[in-house]
Amino acid sequence: MKLYIKYDINLACRVILQEQLESLQIKYELMEFGEIDISDTVTEEVFNTLQENLKRYGIDIINNQKSQLVQRIKDTIIDMIYEKDKLPTSTISNYLADQLNLSYGYIANVFSEYTYTSIENFIIIQKIERAKKLIVEDGLTLTEVSYKLNYSSVAYLSAQFKKVTGLTPSSFKRIVDKRRELSQIN
Amino acid sequence: MDRSQSQMQILLCDDDADDRFFFSEAIKELKIDNALTVFESGLDLMDYLKHPENHLPHILFLDLNMPCKMGLECLKEIREDAQFRNLVIAIYSTSATEQDIEDTFSNGANIYIQKPSDFKKLKKIMHHILNLNWQYHTAGLNKETFFLNI
Repeated sequence: MKLYIKYDINLACRVILQEQLESLQIKYELMEFGEIDISDTVTEEVFNTLQENLKRYGIDIINNQKSQLVQRIKDTIIDMIYEKDKLPTSTISNYLADQLNLSYGYIANVFSEYTYTSIENFIIIQKIERAKKLIVEDGLTLTEVSYKLNYSSVAYLSAQFKKVTGLTPSSFKRIVDKRRELSQIN
Repeated sequence: MDRSQSQMQILLCDDDADDRFFFSEAIKELKIDNALTVFESGLDLMDYLKHPENHLPHILFLDLNMPCKMGLECLKEIREDAQFRNLVIAIYSTSATEQDIEDTFSNGANIYIQKPSDFKKLKKIMHHILNLNWQYHTAGLNKETFFLNI
């Protein structure tokens, strides 16, 4: 006997994904174009099981390890910038290599491959982001900010601020104040 | 879980055909995966943004000097609407006095671009903006204090 079947590959995949995710009790949402949004954190063990199970159906989780590494690099940098006592005494490249137990060359390559920017640039952006917060939310002076973020001088902080935003810190402050004023009127 | 590899959605609103052409050429030559949607008037742009089926873009480039609906009007209208609070808006203008710039930022712009005279410069500026914008979208930076004057 011969049977002829026709199938909807898209539907088949969605059902497999649903069944597999549900069997591991993962909270998820299936998006378009092969994207799955997972709302809570998944342990490495569960993740590996999922990866294994899906492989049997020829479904691969793409780029997972590298993009996870990128996330870990970002977390490490943000952690370093936001916790003052953790600011490394060694160079940042040594610090990252130590923390992640990988060579800095590898870390830097993966990072720029996935984020469209270099680690150095990312660090500068994050430091200026922190500076903005300290100025706007905590009302710190530039002297206080530059001390907190380990800048060698106020002039150097101002120059870097201007380079990233195109504005001087005082112009930045004026704009934020004015925006608040305007939003209170509306 | 991770969308850092997905495509950057870009909107451009400019009444000048030449400027639109240079803009799209500059963006095409960049290595960033993107999709550009173009509008010739502020009215068309607002219709598009308010249409419930359209997703918010990662960035909107807005010409300041357009007939009918001026860029500044669009900017104010967009910012008054809470659903657009997180939309990154780049103002594209020929003028650049200190006052113009601060006013535009105060009214809700994130980026102020002085229209460059040559193509190479435009490409460089676009590269810088799109990279930085991508960091704002993927690294959880605060868009309410996102300013770039370039």
